[in-house]
Amino acid sequence: MTKITLGKAINAGLRAAMEKDPKVVVMGEDIGKLGGVFRVTEGLQKDFGEDRVIDTPLAESGIIGTAVGLALRGYRPVCEIQFDGFVFPAYDQIINQVAKMHYRSEGRIKMPVVIRIPYGGGIGAVEHHSESPETLFAHVPGLKVVSCGDPVDAYWMIQQAISSDDPVVFFEPKRRYHEKAELDESVPPVQPLHQAKVVREGTDATLFCYGPMVKTCLQAAEAAVEDGRNLEVVDLRTIAPLDLATIFASVKKTRRALVVHEAPLSLGTGSEIAARVTEECFYHLEAPVLRVTGYDTPYPPSRMEDDYLPDLDRVLDGVDRVMEY
Amino acid sequence: MSESVPGPAPEVFAPHEAPVSPPQASEEVEFVQLLTPEGERVEHPDYSFDLDDDAIKGFYRDMVLVRRIDSEATALQRQGELGLWASLLGQEAAQIGSGRALNDRDMVFPTYREHGVAWCQGVDPLRLLGLFRGVDQGGWDPKDNNFHLYTIVIGAQTLHATGYAMGQQRDHAIGDAENGEATIAYFGDGASSQGDVNEAFIWSSVFNAPVVFFCQNNQWAISEPIDRQTRIPLYQRAAGFGFPGVRVDGNDVLATYAVTQQALKRAREGSGPSLIEAYTYRMGAHTTSDDPTKYRLNEDLEHWKLKDPIERVHAYLARHAGVDHDFFDQVEADADKIAAELRDGCLALPDPVLTDFFKHVYVEETPQLAEQRDQFAAYAASFEGEG
Repeated sequence: MTKITLGKAINAGLRAAMEKDPKVVVMGEDIGKLGGVFRVTEGLQKDFGEDRVIDTPLAESGIIGTAVGLALRGYRPVCEIQFDGFVFPAYDQIINQVAKMHYRSEGRIKMPVVIRIPYGGGIGAVEHHSESPETLFAHVPGLKVVSCGDPVDAYWMIQQAISSDDPVVFFEPKRRYHEKAELDESVPPVQPLHQAKVVREGTDATLFCYGPMVKTCLQAAEAAVEDGRNLEVVDLRTIAPLDLATIFASVKKTRRALVVHEAPLSLGTGSEIAARVTEECFYHLEAPVLRVTGYDTPYPPSRMEDDYLPDLDRVLDGVDRVMEY
Repeated sequence: MSESVPGPAPEVFAPHEAPVSPPQASEEVEFVQLLTPEGERVEHPDYSFDLDDDAIKGFYRDMVLVRRIDSEATALQRQGELGLWASLLGQEAAQIGSGRALNDRDMVFPTYREHGVAWCQGVDPLRLLGLFRGVDQGGWDPKDNNFHLYTIVIGAQTLHATGYAMGQQRDHAIGDAENGEATIAYFGDGASSQGDVNEAFIWSSVFNAPVVFFCQNNQWAISEPIDRQTRIPLYQRAAGFGFPGVRVDGNDVLATYAVTQQALKRAREGSGPSLIEAYTYRMGAHTTSDDPTKYRLNEDLEHWKLKDPIERVHAYLARHAGVDHDFFDQVEADADKIAAELRDGCLALPDPVLTDFFKHVYVEETPQLAEQRDQFAAYAASFEGEG
């Protein structure tokens, strides 16, 4: 068993899916010889050929629109959008076509399309390269939205997403691509795709997070031990649908909840969790559900991003507020 | 010309064609025609119609039936039985000619106006009404007739067609002009301005995908005339993308058949995409919600009435093919029968139930949606027994 990075784990997951099912095709910009700008598809074109690992023209609507056609023909396209901020030319095809095809065909047409999007900030990038648009997809009926937070999940979740007969928007935490973990490919995944996991058991409050914030929240939870606080950390993994059963169970245990994400505050993932927890766990709560998130501004120039992004201190500040309420 | 019209386009846009403005608004630009508006067969150096008069009688019948279906649907809308209808009036030859050129493996990606192509593919006309009556959003299985669902977002289907054609390539379904497979994407002059259509041109070109892009240039995108979409004839755009383009008399069913057949063969044998601009005219409104009297001249309509796609075939059959009135009478009788069946079928379409449609959002339903479905069902049930 060897340590593997999150980026390499997705590569291995893609490879496994392609070996298992000849209908899986991977498509995107610069994903062939270059292996993608983050090298996530490195070596795939060499091994699976240009018909299955397709370097596309630079046209995101084209990537998704042709993926729809390939899916109608029986293929299972895995599309790479190069960066979060570049998905929007494809938004119409994703929202009006990919998401609705099963519905409008009354179940006759399936859209097993995976849309991989490296997302989030913290890498000192120029504008449009650090965004967290997950809610813009999670709000859309017909789409499923997930994000992996560690290499083992990355390996299995990408395969589960490809196996899904529903379209899945797969958000990859780009600043965690180089995080390492032990991966034993012979051990099957513990969770199905749309289930959250408790990554740290605790008793005093729950931190709900996903993607790049999982590591941040785990670090915050360790730091909080010094303050005598035993925090639970839940990696949501699935944003649409949310795994409400796991969320409710944790809140009923700890009675306090803090949602952490990089995306802006208003109408974000935290808003939905706060609403649902209020509906279901009202009498269990010792404090309102609080949120530590990016601000309602465009993603800032990178010299300011450390102030914009939730970090260990801001999470602990949120913990103080939810504990002292 | 008003001052808002830009000056002549720089020569660099079309070095092989000068002047470039404004031929697109005129029939002076050469197109492929094999049957004149007067019903006379004419020769063309590159295209010929290779079927017999029985086939032409079949095309005639198709066009009359489809026009009758279309007018019945318009009437149903006027009587409140449909929420909307998009008429194909005037475009029968473009649709029947191209539709009859398809083999039973070719795949069709329509807009929302391809009722004639649907007819050629064997889609029950009643199924077309569901979308417009509001009982469904596409009531047929695309696999049954190789006819994808109607696409309302302008131009989006051209990318689907291109992707599907890339699948045909990967399935090794091309390589034979007769028995191979091709994909045909329908769109209009307005859609030619869409990014998706231009992306589809690029993709099909660089991947050499077996797509026939069939543009019905009916001159109007709701209220916007063709010169708001283009400075050059649309078929000439193909050259810039690296594949052949041709303009055909869209009201000539023999020509649309011949031109489409050739483009399909080219795609099926693996020679790549092509663009057909069927030059026609939208004789009716954009949809039943539109009022063309606000933006176009009646004279234009009168001008195009003389080029009617059905009249010219009638003239040919009667004058040159010895077809007598029994045949024409029978076609009219068939049309009335189909229209009556369509009307009865429309009125009998069952109203859909919202709980059923919750089920179609996902293959694997989410717990949240199941909960909402149950809540709605309980809420709806709470009214049962009330007067």
